[in-house]
Amino acid sequence: MYEGFKKDHVVRIKDFTLDEMSTVFDLAEKMIPVAEGKKKNDDLEGKLLATLFFEPSTRTRLSFEGAMKRMSGSCIGFAEPGTSSAKKGETLADTIRVAAGYSDIIVLRHPHEGAAQLAANFSDVPIINAGDGAGRHPTQTLLDLFTIKREKGSISGNHIGIAGDLKYGRTVHSLTNALSMYDTELTFISPPSLRMPDEITDALGRKGIEHKEVDGIEDVLDELDILYMTRIQRERFPSEQDYEKVAKTYLIEKHMLEDEMCKEDLTIMHPLPRVDEIAADVDLTSHAKYFDQAANGVPIRMALLKLLSEG
Amino acid sequence: MGEEKKIEEKRKEIKITPIKQGTVIDHIRKGQALKVLRILDLIDKDIDFIVSVAMNVNSSMGKKDILKVEGLELVNEELDKISLIAPEATVNIVRNYEVVRKHRVELPKMAKGIVRCRNNNCISNQNEPLIPEFEVVGKDPVTLKCEYCEREMRGEKISDNVI
Ligand SMILES: [Zn+2]
Repeated sequence: MYEGFKKDHVVRIKDFTLDEMSTVFDLAEKMIPVAEGKKKNDDLEGKLLATLFFEPSTRTRLSFEGAMKRMSGSCIGFAEPGTSSAKKGETLADTIRVAAGYSDIIVLRHPHEGAAQLAANFSDVPIINAGDGAGRHPTQTLLDLFTIKREKGSISGNHIGIAGDLKYGRTVHSLTNALSMYDTELTFISPPSLRMPDEITDALGRKGIEHKEVDGIEDVLDELDILYMTRIQRERFPSEQDYEKVAKTYLIEKHMLEDEMCKEDLTIMHPLPRVDEIAADVDLTSHAKYFDQAANGVPIRMALLKLLSEG
Repeated sequence: MGEEKKIEEKRKEIKITPIKQGTVIDHIRKGQALKVLRILDLIDKDIDFIVSVAMNVNSSMGKKDILKVEGLELVNEELDKISLIAPEATVNIVRNYEVVRKHRVELPKMAKGIVRCRNNNCISNQNEPLIPEFEVVGKDPVTLKCEYCEREMRGEKISDNVI
């Protein structure tokens, strides 16, 4: 039924082809009224989703469970590492084999890097990676891309600024790699000590994707179609003073968005939770799309659940 | 030939005495011979072959290690595994004191069960029932990418993590 989608599992974003991504986006678009509760849907009636969360992430778990239930499916699982069998010394491989025996799809969140790949190797049912280790989180990347597509009509053709901790933030690494499949212009905004790693910028160069690096948001703000903000973590800096100095320059406030300081249709995104990066007065401007972005997580996850359960 | 040179020639002979039949692995990076033995599984095994190791041998390209296995002809497939830590190694198959086949080790596409991931947070280091697996993503220097956490490892880090 969905010929563009050939996956058994969703482990990493780089396994996706452009075709597969657009299949997911098209289906997610159709699911929006269902996600909003305006339309009934029973596509996953009788199906059981296991959400195995070896570390807490309430937002992600609710988003998956909400998606499943809106499509008339049911959920089982655990959300606290303390209640999991891993505490009793069971291997993840065994937990997965057992869970695969009584569910139709498994959503896994795990503190160890590569856990989803291991799970996929041992599972008879589809695995969706809801984060393993240092921020590999393909459904986040898909919902980010979907948000850009919805806001701008297409992903290609945009000038996208990505700001924050670009050195350690794996969310922005996956996003950048995924964006490099499209025809975009990228600007990386970070303090010099937190620049995008060479292996990522080198890969962009090889693909012929135009990109530049700047120190401050205001160096490039008026050129951007999208500004993707992320957190800069305190612990990345040698002293509190160093951190404060940088944190101040990585804050978006309403007065920065006035008149001709940015494009009228600039879209500001953020994976949430935010800390100090976006002032509350920005929330009421037309630029603020981070809550829509979070809401887009539900139709994206619906699309994946449907594609995998029918595959 | 000067006296010193003669002595040097003699010394060389003693170090690298020919074998009647078997495998001589030459041009192993200095200090890697024992790890090469480990990769070839010639240490722990109950083996009947005489294995001799020469380490820190002078050559035109600097110091190197040499390894000899008498009575055993190793096949290319097994030997290519050692290219991860000894990419310049050459393999000589000897029969009746003569080299009958010379082979330069080639990097495999994948490395399974040879090294472990250096990332402590990787699932491959958590007592799960799996064999560590890497994609060979670079030649010079040899670069391995973990199939699980995608962390890369090169040069000395690879030989430090031989299983
Ligand atoms: Zn690893």
